[in-house]
Amino acid sequence: MSNRTFTHLDALESESIHIMREVAAECKNPALLFSGGKDSIVMLRLAEKAFRPAKFPFPLVHIDTEHNFPEVIACRDKLAADLGERLIVRSLEGSIKRGSIVIKDPDKPRNPYQSVTLLETIAEFGFDACMGGARRDEEKARAKERIFSFRDEFGQWDPKNQRPELWDIYNTRVHAGENIRVFPISNWTEMDIWEYIAREKLYIPEIYYAHKREVIRRGNSVIPVSHLVHPKPGEKVEVLSVRFRTVGDMTCTAPVESYARNAQEIIEETSTTRITERGATRMDDQTSEASMELRKKEGYF
Amino acid sequence: MSNTTQLLRFITAGSVDDGKSTLIGRLLHDSKSIFEDQLSAISKTSEKRGMAAVDLSLLTDGLQAEREQGITIDVAYRYFATPKRKFIIGDTPGHEQYTRNMVTAASTANLVVILIDARKGVLTQTRRHTFLASLVGVPHIVLAVNKMDMVGYSEDTFNAIVAEYRAFAAQLGIHDVTCIPMSALNGDMVVEHGDNLNWYKGAPLLDFLENVVIDYDVNTADFRYPVQWVCRPQTQEYHDFRGYMGRIESGEIAVGDEITVLPSGRTSKVKEIVTYDSNLQRAYAPQSVTLTLEDEIDISRGDMFVKADGMTRCANAAGAGMPSDCPLPQSACSAITSDLASVVGSPSRMASSSISNVSGAGTAMPTVAKEFEAMLCWLAEAPLDLNRKYIIKHTTRMVKCLFSRLDYRVDVNTLAHHETDKLNMNDIARVAMKVQQPLALDHYSKNRFTGSFIVIDEASNNTVAAGMIA
Repeated sequence: MSNRTFTHLDALESESIHIMREVAAECKNPALLFSGGKDSIVMLRLAEKAFRPAKFPFPLVHIDTEHNFPEVIACRDKLAADLGERLIVRSLEGSIKRGSIVIKDPDKPRNPYQSVTLLETIAEFGFDACMGGARRDEEKARAKERIFSFRDEFGQWDPKNQRPELWDIYNTRVHAGENIRVFPISNWTEMDIWEYIAREKLYIPEIYYAHKREVIRRGNSVIPVSHLVHPKPGEKVEVLSVRFRTVGDMTCTAPVESYARNAQEIIEETSTTRITERGATRMDDQTSEASMELRKKEGYF
Repeated sequence: MSNTTQLLRFITAGSVDDGKSTLIGRLLHDSKSIFEDQLSAISKTSEKRGMAAVDLSLLTDGLQAEREQGITIDVAYRYFATPKRKFIIGDTPGHEQYTRNMVTAASTANLVVILIDARKGVLTQTRRHTFLASLVGVPHIVLAVNKMDMVGYSEDTFNAIVAEYRAFAAQLGIHDVTCIPMSALNGDMVVEHGDNLNWYKGAPLLDFLENVVIDYDVNTADFRYPVQWVCRPQTQEYHDFRGYMGRIESGEIAVGDEITVLPSGRTSKVKEIVTYDSNLQRAYAPQSVTLTLEDEIDISRGDMFVKADGMTRCANAAGAGMPSDCPLPQSACSAITSDLASVVGSPSRMASSSISNVSGAGTAMPTVAKEFEAMLCWLAEAPLDLNRKYIIKHTTRMVKCLFSRLDYRVDVNTLAHHETDKLNMNDIARVAMKVQQPLALDHYSKNRFTGSFIVIDEASNNTVAAGMIA
């Protein structure tokens, strides 16, 4: 590389664009999973970089737990509309009505059930590839997952039987009924995401930035009060300046105390933080050392 | 992090006993890349297992199965950053049956850290790892002589190991090795120099990783642009737009440059270099861009753009009088000598040239051929079936292939060549192949991206082999 600095963000961006184009070219009916969260918003920008001036050669798909923060859903709809791209939303309520998901308590976390609706949606549209915004730095099981991750007819991931992935040559082939999950931002870290959001000036849901919110302290976590989470007897509601590092299911996504009001301030906070993104914010991943691995084996992306 | 931070990918090779996981844990810990919740999780586990100190190796043991067995079973990727660079570590297991994992992780690496236990010196597995690193053409090699604390930090022990290693590496044509004594357990020479190895004047490992020059790890001379996707928006605004999307695998391109499309041999000029952000005058590897051309010619995915000022070699690897597949006029073909043909019968050439600095290569054209030779690493449990057709994916082109000859298998422990009629998982062999459609091939030592391919089993769709044009 001469006369020009090719930074780590340039390298990651180019790799992700290359991956998305391979998916578009080799998969018959791909989709891009888009939730309105920060990682999927980065994916959307990468897709623009990969395919403009044309439209995306795939639809955007969101599996809605209906436990999402309203600000995130609003952002999801706004970005899809601004780009003029097709957005398919399938909700867990649909699966509950059909009887394929049976839940005991409607207010409990719903992440474990997302896999069911995702697999039903894959079958409904016949998707053979779903691109997701998962990153390898998020979690131990993800650290070992390929960029092109093959799933069998039941949507299962078999960590001991993964296809070797060499150079930048990806094997996209599947039989009918099987599919692959593709993770174009596998090699990005939380810090890379924030640097990219700052560099590209990406619009993300406001709740990623510091704001005042009613919360309850439970154990080591701070839980946001919402229509799904009410204080138990004896619990005190406090108003704190917080931001969300991830925006998943409202019942199990905890904010962190923060005063960072923009991407640059978050970068400064992130560079000094001492707790991982999932450790700080996802109560459902703390239950067992292997919980993500188990969920992935069941078809979670 | 500044906005000029570079990305370096490296792998670690060595066994659990060499302290490999401890080294990675130490790099992450001392560069302050371990988070409190990770540290508390592994502290708990260390306590449960009755260990006195926190076992940093637990950081890289990702899957439940390997936590149970206490070994690393697959390639895991780790990330950390310093103000100078961002690092991606490919952590590969050292067990014999997992050659394929090392080849996999090495294929994208700029650098390999080969670990040695100072008490044991150069072992069979050290030779194996070095051979595989040279086979896959990893540009930089670091020999980390670990557990120096167990040999009293002895300079003589270190020097003896280094001398033995260098002699071996020279046989593979590797001369550029950086040797560092260390104790990952105590942190000597990993991030900090420490006080125990004052006789060693070189830099600690992290310092080296931050400063090693990687700008020339990609071939900067030969423009290679496999077309991934043809962009035709067919909108009012972009009615006639026809963009060829892809990634520059090597070299550079500028507006106005004349290009040749392979394998058709048609030529045109670059009209625009389009990106989402703005049009560029010039673009370099490894940028992903969109090129438009002055002429409307038939181009589709799988075609490769190269610069027209080189000379195309057309050859059959074996040089056995096969008809040429080159579409260019005979005059352009006659002066051609084939790199491929010249290495036949010269088994040491692959290993010795694969590690050489590719940036020195002059501008050349790829070889367009339907027959060629390659070094192959068999990755699948089912052995190679010489009677079957497989699928080869080379750059963005997928075609049927078959294996016409097995020349020899390399014993990765002794580097001896053995005649063979079968290939099993983890076997490395030199083979001759035929493909249904011509491919635009570079020698792997000149170009890691246009000299490499994978082989796919059509029945299972599994990736069964990794190949390097030799």
